[in-house]
Amino acid sequence: MRALKFLLQKELRQISRDKAVFRILFIMPMIQLLILPLAADYEIKNINLGVVDHDHTEYSRKLINKITSSGYFRLKDYSASFQQGLHAIELDKTDLILEIPSQFERSLVKENQSTLFVAVNAINGVKAGLGGAYIQGIIQDYNQDVRMQWIQYPRFNPQPTIEVTSSDWYNPNMNYRVFMVPGILVMLVTMIGSSFAANNIVREKEMGTIEQINVSPIKKTQFILGKLIPFWMLALTVLTMGLIIARLVYGIVPLGHYITIYIFASIYLLAILGLGLLMSTYAQTQQQSMLVSFFVTMIFNLLSGLYTPIESMPAWAQMITRFNPVSYFIEVMRMVMLKGSGLSDIKYQIFALLGFAIFFNGWAILNYRKRS
Amino acid sequence: MKQFFIFVKKEWLHIWRDKRTLFILIWMPIVQILLYGFALTNEVKNSKIAIFDEAKDEASTTISQEISASRYFSLLKNVDSYKEIEATFRQGKIRLAVVFPRGFRNDLLHTNHAQIQLIADASDPNTANMLTNYATSIINDYQQSINQNEKLPYTIKTQVRMLYNPELKGAYNFVPGVMALVLMLVCAMMTSISIVREKEMGTMEVILVSPLKPFRIIIAKTIPYLLVSMLNIASILLLSVYALDVPIRGNFGLLIGESILFTITSLSLGILISNTAKTQQTAQFTSLMSLFLPTLLFSGFLFPIENMPIALQVISNIVPAKWYYIIVKDVMIKGLGFGAVWKETMILIVMTLALLGISIRNFKIRLA
Repeated sequence: MRALKFLLQKELRQISRDKAVFRILFIMPMIQLLILPLAADYEIKNINLGVVDHDHTEYSRKLINKITSSGYFRLKDYSASFQQGLHAIELDKTDLILEIPSQFERSLVKENQSTLFVAVNAINGVKAGLGGAYIQGIIQDYNQDVRMQWIQYPRFNPQPTIEVTSSDWYNPNMNYRVFMVPGILVMLVTMIGSSFAANNIVREKEMGTIEQINVSPIKKTQFILGKLIPFWMLALTVLTMGLIIARLVYGIVPLGHYITIYIFASIYLLAILGLGLLMSTYAQTQQQSMLVSFFVTMIFNLLSGLYTPIESMPAWAQMITRFNPVSYFIEVMRMVMLKGSGLSDIKYQIFALLGFAIFFNGWAILNYRKRS
Repeated sequence: MKQFFIFVKKEWLHIWRDKRTLFILIWMPIVQILLYGFALTNEVKNSKIAIFDEAKDEASTTISQEISASRYFSLLKNVDSYKEIEATFRQGKIRLAVVFPRGFRNDLLHTNHAQIQLIADASDPNTANMLTNYATSIINDYQQSINQNEKLPYTIKTQVRMLYNPELKGAYNFVPGVMALVLMLVCAMMTSISIVREKEMGTMEVILVSPLKPFRIIIAKTIPYLLVSMLNIASILLLSVYALDVPIRGNFGLLIGESILFTITSLSLGILISNTAKTQQTAQFTSLMSLFLPTLLFSGFLFPIENMPIALQVISNIVPAKWYYIIVKDVMIKGLGFGAVWKETMILIVMTLALLGISIRNFKIRLA
């Protein structure tokens, strides 16, 4: 135990005396946490609308008004022809063109039917899909208004209609930040933890100081623990600062308990730091370990469900996410913070991560050789 | 000139002999493209739902079946109370719950008006929106099928055309973004680390006393990475055309030329970082935090710039990747010519010259 105490003392001093590392460890994540959620707003709004109105009637004007007043669309361009409208899309001035044909009002009133054309810049598929759905919804509403004007509806519905009411639980204001902040926090803690851990042993190798440790009476387990515990403490500190920022800046108060988050985070960090140390025992140079850890965390982050829902992924990718510690933590963070899940709701995830922690750390201890 | 190429060769051997690093440098873009292309979609399919059917009549069963049978949803379980719905949501097992009130069919047939409640897990707002939209449209279809014979008067039809990407594939958006990301990473991060490494190991001294001009040494260091990144561009383009069916609609030469320009921008950023960093660890974190994350954030391929606060929108303009991303999108996907991207190209050129100028001025011949 005494040997471990000295090792911890050495590591902590090493970290706290390196001012650059210290800055990176604490200030950078905080800046990221302040900026990222502002940026990661996937709500589809502010769709730039271009209108090609060949009709110029009261009806077409009312329709355009209805669309722009919906809050989703901003009227950015008024073109005389579809060609001009398309040019505006090419220049990224607009995202969506609404073309109202001439005789729109006339044929609607006289022939009971009329057609509108919508063209969407679909390079961003999600935005195009939702933008198209929004504008169709608004046109339907408008259609209903027109009908109301012309037909006196009887008191009872003439035909059976089903009214669909929808409620949005856990995030009734559909605020994207509430969804992203817990996930981003996980990503930052992971990046900080794993890359520092991955660098650490290999740095001693490259500098040659590992020789001294190899000849000292320190057991392999003690050595790995001595590397693990300081970063574990640091990452939990970063997490705490992140939770404070989430609460003060974004007003995100977890529905569940902070204790649940900390219990899970402590296990999670053991797993992810173990993975970092494992990579560190294999790497020869810091450049190598940085690249490897970067590569692995990148795959983990992409397949974590932070950006796109896991159940939309194909089966093979979903298989990978089962072996991805990050996806468990993001899921748990969102469950605890937004839905108020308790320990019993997340027991499966806890066991999975305990498994990862034992596996990675065990492997790292086995793979660390005192002989070079 | 001969000395110069000897240095290039030395640097090349460094990369070539470090097989693990080389392996990752070559595979990283490939894995990224495959992940973005195949695994990361926002498409909704087989979302787990729960049905709370208090009516259990013909109409509610038919609608339940139709919802469960669609490719968007798969039924996880039938529940008997709101409490159970909440518990299932809390365990994170379902995304949507459908509630039929008692006497659903009766209401529908006798008062011509019945209600269905959809409860979405809105912790993920966009997915919740999409799920509600899909479920509503299935219910509307059912309603249409029972009122088949009557046609509504005064109908406005809407024809929607999706330009450039009719199948709404995510790859069209991601491929240009991954190109920017990979180039930034390989060029800026790897060069800065490899220069700082020489400082940290003490070999920089040896190099600085050699007859070659110091700045040429730095240039020699960047050339192998330029080659690696060209290789990466080639593999990304091949994969996107042949595996993801993302076409190159514009001029191929223009696309490559712009890519080389952006590579040089990233290389000069790498040199700049290596000027200030003393250890490899600092170099790595500086490039991670000041290059990689801003590229991810502000290039516009992952996060919509137009939703950001004005201050961030202004900041996004100084991120080179943003301009490169616009160029690649315009040239590759939209098929536009140089006339459409000359402004962005000029911005990149000016940025590159400025960065190179600053790093030459700050380059220290003497070690501290």
